[in-house]
Amino acid sequence: MEPDSKHPDGKRPESEHEWPLFEIFIRARGGLDHKHVGSLHAADARMAIEHARDLYTRRQEGVSIWAVRSVDIVASDPQDAESLFEPARDKIYRHPTFYQIPDEVKTL
Amino acid sequence: MSAAAPDRGARAAGPREAPPPLVVPPLFRYLLRLGDLALVLGQRLGEWVGHAPVLEEDLGLANIALDLIGQARLLLAYAGEVEGRGRGEDDLAFSRQHAEYLNPTLAEQPNGDFGETIVRQVMLDAFQLELYERLASSRDEHLAAIAAKAVKETRYHLRYSSSWLVRLGDGTAESHARVQAALERLWPYTVELGVEDELDRDMAERGIAPRLADVRTAWSKRIDEILAEATLERPRDRPYTWFGKRGEHSEHLGYMLAEMQYLQRAYPGAQW
Repeated sequence: MEPDSKHPDGKRPESEHEWPLFEIFIRARGGLDHKHVGSLHAADARMAIEHARDLYTRRQEGVSIWAVRSVDIVASDPQDAESLFEPARDKIYRHPTFYQIPDEVKTL
Repeated sequence: MSAAAPDRGARAAGPREAPPPLVVPPLFRYLLRLGDLALVLGQRLGEWVGHAPVLEEDLGLANIALDLIGQARLLLAYAGEVEGRGRGEDDLAFSRQHAEYLNPTLAEQPNGDFGETIVRQVMLDAFQLELYERLASSRDEHLAAIAAKAVKETRYHLRYSSSWLVRLGDGTAESHARVQAALERLWPYTVELGVEDELDRDMAERGIAPRLADVRTAWSKRIDEILAEATLERPRDRPYTWFGKRGEHSEHLGYMLAEMQYLQRAYPGAQW
């Protein structure tokens, strides 16, 4: 590795040698949504799709792949979990379980 | 084989094993060429398992190896049928001597570094692709069906290997130098892929196989495109070539088969 301004000794930490991480989503078959299946390392988007094909579709798991760079995912902060999610806990009326479903409706 | 054999004298003159004594159907020998290419290349790729640069590539190479072994099984099983002496795919894979193997010499070359494996893979993926695409309309329906299945797999193999060759060739100074050197080293073995002999001609005349000259032209064009994108220089063809496809192999095949066939030779007929 060539020395540069950040690494005058020419050594870089392991994390800088690694390919970026991608999150992989697979659509099991037409009409279903893409589901998160795992993550992998790849040098770029094209390689991410190829690796995902080799890692996650070898047993016919899917017909379509999405790959998203993990750093591009915006996530909620676990520290905010209380204020974000606990207020929903005592609001069971938000579940649609209180409706009488007419007998004529067969496909709901 | 009475066909033109350029510079046989240039090869090391060693003892040669006698050809098989019985009359052998030409189609049997042709199927061995196809099946042995897939088997030997698959076995070589399998040697990467547990050793690839990263886990993702480990799985990628193993997938390709398994595709190739699958093709070999179909081709060798059919070869056994055509031969009509009761030999199945396992007999042909594990009980033949190296001089009875008819894969092109390039397939058995050692893996080298990852770049060298990729160079070998691109050359052979492109060859198999051109071949299988044409074999899919073979007059031999069984062979056509095997080829039609293999075409899809091989298209992905070439996509994988060529995208790696472009990355390495058009990558850093070191990766470029390494794959260019691997290309120089392996190029002489590619000549064999396009040299037609009596068996190739016979198969083409009967509509079973394409004319090898056509495969060679298409292969060459495809390779030129990939090398250009990879900023690699195409080496010059050398005047003589190897003929693994006639059973005249480099020293590497024997070692590979010794490992591959060990179990069946130590415990003949073993199953698990």
